Amino acid sequence: MENHTHTHLSKEALKYRRKKHAEDMKRQVITFVLMILLTVIAFFAVGYDGYSKWFVKPFILLLAIIQVIFQLYYFMHMSQKGHGTIATFLYTGLLIGLSAVVAFVLIVWI
Amino acid sequence: MAVQQKFTPETWPSHPERFTEEGKHKFLGFWLFIAAETVLFASLFATYLALKDSVPANKDLPLAADIFGLPLAFLATMLLLTSSLTSVYAMYHMKNFDFKQMQFWLLVTVVLGLAFLILEIYEFNHYVHEYHFTFTGSAFGSAFYTLVGFHGAHVTFGLLWITTLMLRNSKRGLTLTNAPKFYIASLYWHFIDVVWVFIFTVVYLMGIVG
Repeated sequence: MENHTHTHLSKEALKYRRKKHAEDMKRQVITFVLMILLTVIAFFAVGYDGYSKWFVKPFILLLAIIQVIFQLYYFMHMSQKGHGTIATFLYTGLLIGLSAVVAFVLIVWI
Repeated sequence: MAVQQKFTPETWPSHPERFTEEGKHKFLGFWLFIAAETVLFASLFATYLALKDSVPANKDLPLAADIFGLPLAFLATMLLLTSSLTSVYAMYHMKNFDFKQMQFWLLVTVVLGLAFLILEIYEFNHYVHEYHFTFTGSAFGSAFYTLVGFHGAHVTFGLLWITTLMLRNSKRGLTLTNAPKFYIASLYWHFIDVVWVFIFTVVYLMGIVG
């Protein structure tokens, strides 16, 4: 049976695993700080009157895309092994969804 | 049953969320659901983009730039973003087989999520009473409340989901049966934040830019 476990970690192995987990968590915190930074930049770009809206709109959209990549690959662990299949699911969903966005925006423009 | 086996930090598997066959299926099925949700939200975004600022010409109804404010959107974003980090932290404790810490950080996540939801209810109430910006008042209103309201409903569902898991398993501790459940609930919570990143950018920030 696969759901029966036989592993029993030694003290050193447990310590090593905890260290690995702590390193992972540290990376998550760095990701979080970067996401906060991206958010603050986006809000400042909008709050500051000096920029043209033709610059601000694509710029904040780019920041959002970067932030979502962080969220997906770090917070949602897509950077870990065994996430190939689910990445296909997600990108298929995105492809279908984004074609709706593109179609609707084009209809409005015309 | 082997699944109900009691664990210690030494015997806890390194990927408890995908250790059992059922856990693997939950993981796969849940990501399939997330992909479907992506299509759902993308369609709502498409509708919103098409109907933004579409209001009847003869009435004096507010447009996006008139109603959205930076401070409220910023506060909501910070609450939800922080709750995403606390749920990651809860999963860190799950992997270390520290049930109490996991429960505590899930509780923090729920509190932050609840604060976000209260802020959103205040916001909608404010729009309706201050600006007469309602669901039925204009196509813009319908599109806005459908998109942001759908997200709010997801937050509500996520809060109920995580709270139920916490209560139901409070005396059980971590097992290979409930570890995948906690894991996918936290994935759902992150997905809510992913959607919010686009809402605050496309709806609020772009709305303010005009």
